[in-house]
Amino acid sequence: MAIELAEPTAVVVAVASEADLVHARQTLRAEAVRAGLGLVDQTKLITAGSELARNILTYATGSRGELRVEQVRSRERVGVRATFSDEGPGIEDLDAAMTDGFSTSGSLGLGLPGSKRLVDEMTVSSAGASGTTVVIVKWRR
Amino acid sequence: MSHFDRVPAGSPGTGEIIPIMRIGDTLLVALQGELDDTTVVRIEEQLTMEVARTHAKGTLIDVSGLGVVDSFIARVIARVVAMVRLLGSPAVVVGIQPAVAVTLVELGVPMGHLDTALNAEQGMALLRRLRADGNRAR
Repeated sequence: MAIELAEPTAVVVAVASEADLVHARQTLRAEAVRAGLGLVDQTKLITAGSELARNILTYATGSRGELRVEQVRSRERVGVRATFSDEGPGIEDLDAAMTDGFSTSGSLGLGLPGSKRLVDEMTVSSAGASGTTVVIVKWRR
Repeated sequence: MSHFDRVPAGSPGTGEIIPIMRIGDTLLVALQGELDDTTVVRIEEQLTMEVARTHAKGTLIDVSGLGVVDSFIARVIARVVAMVRLLGSPAVVVGIQPAVAVTLVELGVPMGHLDTALNAEQGMALLRRLRADGNRAR
């Protein structure tokens, strides 16, 4: 089922510092409210986004990347799509990274699998040096 | 007799101040707003020092002002509870927002071992019970 943009513009947040994490959460909240998501769904989206933005700081080359937030729709549904991208080094073992408790950084290993449970759709694409892109979508109920 | 004592624990750079209040022999810290990681870790250190300094008999950590708790913040909260307990002072986390509770459980953050209460008043009652249990065990 194709997802299309509900609005032509996106909000882009640079992710390169702890302060940017706060900014990322604020941006996600504003867009979730604008899409009409309920409080629990807002909280889930923001929390998933916080985990994924933190992954950029922890794992990405130069600890930098980008968050892009868009209002989207698919058939009758509207929602928020958030895309987290960085420029490497990519995820070596994607299956392992999606498993609860797997971590290469000494964390609890909840970031990717936990985030997936909090959103309606999540895709992870990682191609080594060209970096990692994680896309999450939360629909309004 | 309650007496209040405010200790600024915020970062001077950003002008944020997280006060730690002392009510009798209990410390109360209220986390609120958008916390960055550095501030969270600073509060952790400050609270642990403050428990040791004041010989507090218990600590309430009020998180009702947090609309989002991600795994990092949750982990620090669990860690500060463990640290304060090591000092011999029970700590209770109060006021977790319902949406935050739902999210933390789905995210899979282990928080079940924490003593929690719906609000500060019930938290105080829980602290009294924990203290009474601790005294009996001795």
